[in-house]
Amino acid sequence: MQKGGFNFDLYQRNVELIEKNNYKVPKTTKTGTTIVGVVFSDGVVLGADTRATSGPIVADPNCEKIHRISDYIWCAGAGTAADTENTTGMISLQLELLSLSTGRSPRVRTALTLLKNFLFRYHGYISAALVLGGVDFTGPHLHMIHPHGSTSTLPYISMGSGSLAAMAVLETGYNSKMGEEDAKSLVHQAILSGILNDLGSGGNVDLCVIKHKSMEFFRNIDTTNSKRKFRKKLPYMFKSGSTKILEKEIKEKMEKMEIVNEKENEIEELEEL
Amino acid sequence: MAGKNCVAIAGDTRFGVRNQTVALDSNRIFKINNRTLFGMTGLNTDILTLRESFKFQMNLYNLEEEREISPKTFAHNVAQTLYSKRFGPYFITPIIAGLEGEDYTPFLCATDLIGAMEFPKSFVVAGTGEESLMGVCETFYKENMEPDELFEVVSQCLLAAVDRDALSGWGSVVHVLTKDGITTKRLRTRKD
Repeated sequence: MQKGGFNFDLYQRNVELIEKNNYKVPKTTKTGTTIVGVVFSDGVVLGADTRATSGPIVADPNCEKIHRISDYIWCAGAGTAADTENTTGMISLQLELLSLSTGRSPRVRTALTLLKNFLFRYHGYISAALVLGGVDFTGPHLHMIHPHGSTSTLPYISMGSGSLAAMAVLETGYNSKMGEEDAKSLVHQAILSGILNDLGSGGNVDLCVIKHKSMEFFRNIDTTNSKRKFRKKLPYMFKSGSTKILEKEIKEKMEKMEIVNEKENEIEELEEL
Repeated sequence: MAGKNCVAIAGDTRFGVRNQTVALDSNRIFKINNRTLFGMTGLNTDILTLRESFKFQMNLYNLEEEREISPKTFAHNVAQTLYSKRFGPYFITPIIAGLEGEDYTPFLCATDLIGAMEFPKSFVVAGTGEESLMGVCETFYKENMEPDELFEVVSQCLLAAVDRDALSGWGSVVHVLTKDGITTKRLRTRKD
């Protein structure tokens, strides 16, 4: 039915709508974001906030920004939400097929190359900034990938609108001989710093600790920022009938009728022939 | 909005071209199957195109799989259709509401115009009045509402938000979906 890849059929129409008719285009959901990755002695810790924004409005106060590429390779994404979701999904698919056809467990470096080649082909139009981290048989790895396709390999990384706030914490607290608990605590503090100081980041803290053949995902490890202090105790009560109705129509669920007898008849006819 | 083993979708029925009202009965909420309701806002031509496109895809699904699609799978289908037009998108904001699985757990999904999904547990909003709607839903929403109360809350949210949006109004329709069927009610709104 459909060929693979993107479909540009509506592009011309959209350009005319925007320029000639001044159409107000719906906003895309962005993940303003603070995402962080840190390498420690046994593996990698990835962290992310959970706010997705649509302009100045919070579209999703608790979204998941840490995506699975493979069992022990995970990726946190910042930028346009649809792009990070679909890009990581696509590369996860390709990596799975590759590992099945080669018969080897996937490497972080393979995921990195697949991602950077994919993003470079679109010259930054796919707005996905990623922090890729994982542990394969060669050890722990952490990489940052920019939307245009450039990559860096570093012991600690922060990306997104809250990256400056997070990097300040990382630069202060990082040391190359950290253990798991120190690394988790450092990432937690870095994300929290992004949530508190950056307007594009907010919500809860998600953490992902990857070690050799082990992965722990701490979803919403810190929810202090999402609890509303001054919530009205007594909820609003709407009595039944408070809304005036003009027309009412009830459609009962249709039961599927089983036509068993007809089938039996058909089989009998064939046998006769 | 989600309630206890029930969901409701409400929408207005005005179709306009910027400030001029063209029709008062445009329906933007469609039934996919007994468990899924699908609403769209945005450019009317894209709403009509996608309605036909999803009807076609669902008919094919029913014939091939010999079963009805679950709301979650349908939501992913919508997201994939929208993302395939990433550079040249449909100008719509869809909402999917349904009852998932044997327990009829409420399922809500909203996506942006290129298919970035979100799955909140409480409510989803879309349209020209979405900012007002968000505020009013955040205030009136309660957990575990029965269908009657859910209908009241959803209606009041829509009516309140529509009053504050010049481009919405001129009639509204509310669908409440439970395991026994869909109840559709039309409400009176301001005609301005």
